[in-house]
Amino acid sequence: MNVAEPDYRYHTLVVTVENKSGVLARVAGLFARRGFNIESLAVAPTDDDRFSRLTIVVDLESAPLDQVVKQLDKLVNVVEIRELHPGSAVERELMIVTVEAEPDRRDELVEQLDRAGGKVLSVGADRMMLSLVGPPKRIDEFENLLRPFGIVELQRTGRVALAVLDEDA
Amino acid sequence: MTTTPMDGGQALIRALENEGVDLLFGLPGGAILPVYDPLIDSSIRHVLVRHEQGAGHMASGYAHATGRPGVLMVTSGPGATNAVTALCDAHLDSVPMVCITGQVPVGAIGTDAFQECDTTGITMSVTKHNFLVTEAQDIPRVVKEAFHIATTGRPGPVLVDIPKDIVDPGNPASAMEWSDDIEMDLPGYNPDTGVDKADIAAAADLIRSAERPVLYVGGGILKARAAEALRQLAELTGIHVVTTLMARGAFPDSHDLCLGMPGMHGNFTAVTAMQEADLLVALGARFDDRVTGRLDGFAPDARIVHVDIDSAELGKVRRADVAIRGDCRVAIEALVAELQADGLGDADRVAWRSRVSGWQERFPLVYEAWVPGQALKPQYVIERLRDLSPDDTIVASGVGQHQMWASQYWNFDHPYTWINSGGLGTMGYAIPAAIGAKAGMPDRMVWAIDGDGCFQMTAQELVTATVEGFPIKVALLNNSYLGMVRQWQEMFYDERYSEVFLSKDVPDYKMWAQSMGCEAMRVDDPDEIDAAITKANEIDDRPVVIDFRVMAEEKVYPMVPSGATNSDLVVPPLQADQPR
Ligand SMILES: Cc1ncc(C[n+]2csc(CCOP(=O)(O)OP(=O)(O)O)c2C)c(N)n1
Ligand SMILES: [Mg+2]
Repeated sequence: MNVAEPDYRYHTLVVTVENKSGVLARVAGLFARRGFNIESLAVAPTDDDRFSRLTIVVDLESAPLDQVVKQLDKLVNVVEIRELHPGSAVERELMIVTVEAEPDRRDELVEQLDRAGGKVLSVGADRMMLSLVGPPKRIDEFENLLRPFGIVELQRTGRVALAVLDEDA
Repeated sequence: MTTTPMDGGQALIRALENEGVDLLFGLPGGAILPVYDPLIDSSIRHVLVRHEQGAGHMASGYAHATGRPGVLMVTSGPGATNAVTALCDAHLDSVPMVCITGQVPVGAIGTDAFQECDTTGITMSVTKHNFLVTEAQDIPRVVKEAFHIATTGRPGPVLVDIPKDIVDPGNPASAMEWSDDIEMDLPGYNPDTGVDKADIAAAADLIRSAERPVLYVGGGILKARAAEALRQLAELTGIHVVTTLMARGAFPDSHDLCLGMPGMHGNFTAVTAMQEADLLVALGARFDDRVTGRLDGFAPDARIVHVDIDSAELGKVRRADVAIRGDCRVAIEALVAELQADGLGDADRVAWRSRVSGWQERFPLVYEAWVPGQALKPQYVIERLRDLSPDDTIVASGVGQHQMWASQYWNFDHPYTWINSGGLGTMGYAIPAAIGAKAGMPDRMVWAIDGDGCFQMTAQELVTATVEGFPIKVALLNNSYLGMVRQWQEMFYDERYSEVFLSKDVPDYKMWAQSMGCEAMRVDDPDEIDAAITKANEIDDRPVVIDFRVMAEEKVYPMVPSGATNSDLVVPPLQADQPR
């Protein structure tokens, strides 16, 4: 398993919320009002359609984690909060990116892509669209690798995370 | 299970009745109209206000005085926005309230319809929670949830936004089936009130060994109805008590262990005892900046035991050595039991007690004597009011100098007798809050102590008081200034007075009050004060307003200048030479 080096400035909260209109606004409003910084935020339904799950990466330079968690917990629609310490979380992010890929540089690009474990999604006359799933650190690194080729468009999902499994889980 | 067909409007009123609501403060309009019709047939009494902010503060005053949630009902758009100040006020002071707002029909939401506003969006940050109901069938459940949330855990205001179509009997969307069996669905709300035994033991240990302990008591004690428990704890341990602006009356001012109010305008002993303490036991208090002064210089030697029902308060401002999440009454009772079982320890507090009593002797609350030719001394007016009114009089206050003098000079010996706007500091709070208190406690005398600036913000509710029969009394401390701001300009802006002078004689408060159906008097001479108060206290069939002409130059002392530490408390000139 490829666990990227943890970055202790960021902390991941996996927040289960009621799947009701306005809940995201409550969470976002709370962060804005209290001056907490969100590094990234991903939202998706869970296997139970009454609930959604937010994966929030908090920038801990803006506030102590304890305050963020307690204030979040006060929101009536927040059902559960799990803190994932960087060292004990499996984190993944998806990037899709369109890069300049003149025919003469294409091999080089595909080689980098293979090494990173990414995929080619579509190929144009002199551009390629690629995707990569991985720990956020690796996505950062790959993004840097691509830069010299010329990034046309790039979209990242923000990270999602779950706790590392115990030995006996 | 049997169900009864009804429309959403009937269901709303029925749901409010089920919650035990006896009084509703409000003002109708288009979107909420259908709910006002079934109200005619309800046991609930509606009090028609003159401004929705007034309805909100009345609900707040009612809640403070009775301990039951205050309820208001207003229309969409401007009705809702007018209530926002009162909601924010209640949010900051943790007052249990439920606000029903009308909304445009479900299908019109988001179209900028007439009198549409995003009420739940606007009030999201000034309520404990809010709901937009979109189906008539959900009304009973949501109302039940709203009252549950408003009154449990850390109390607060909850808003329920109700689109017109789901309460309008002419609209099929309003059809619903009433069932008495209403189940709440709040999977994310667990206002846990148990306390951890180990934490209690740790707190008791700190108390046993403290040589300079102070019980720092906040409004949470009143919310938890823990005044009696607090008294037991104080008397058992012999530890002094300070009562914050939100907690005046939670511990009797006349008790030997009471040091009175701490904070920016607290008395010297309360402020200094906290500052010099080696242990602060914070009970339902939140280390507000008006109490701590500059934080990095606050109570530097004190260890902290912090009890609060809201875990987010623990460690928010000041790190606690022992943090106890829980209901104050439960926690204090556990602490008393622990101290009774395992002893009080043998810390030597003799020296501390003598320091405290030394401060009390050298630094009582004082003001300079009145000199003929001067306008009235506001502090003296309050002292006379205090001494001539029943011991259990409820006092509601506005915001400004008069508020601080009222808190300082009144003698609060009973819980739930002091009602003010602490967190938000909302000018205009006094009159509607007094009306709400009187509505909830009709047999008690209720005085509003108000400033002339405040009076002009909400005086129209005296019309409500007259018409609806709430004979409150208003002591208007009229200094013709926005006095508190004037004081800051005098002390910190080189006496450059900018936009603080109101007017010497406009409006004519006596005529204004009379026109609103009140008995009205004006007092300029100290010798007339007692007679005016006595006369006011004998009137019980209409509101009374006394326009006391007080000195504009008078300042509130002591004072911790903003940005200073509590050690730099400024004492009144009369005490400037006293050794600290
Ligand atoms: C709604 C509102 N606006 C402004 C303020 C700022 N403010 C605090 S005290 C005060 C003066 C209040 O004047 P008055 O009611 O006459 O009381 P006084 O201080 O003179 O006793 C002002 C303007 C406030 N607290 N609330
Ligand atoms: Mg004034």
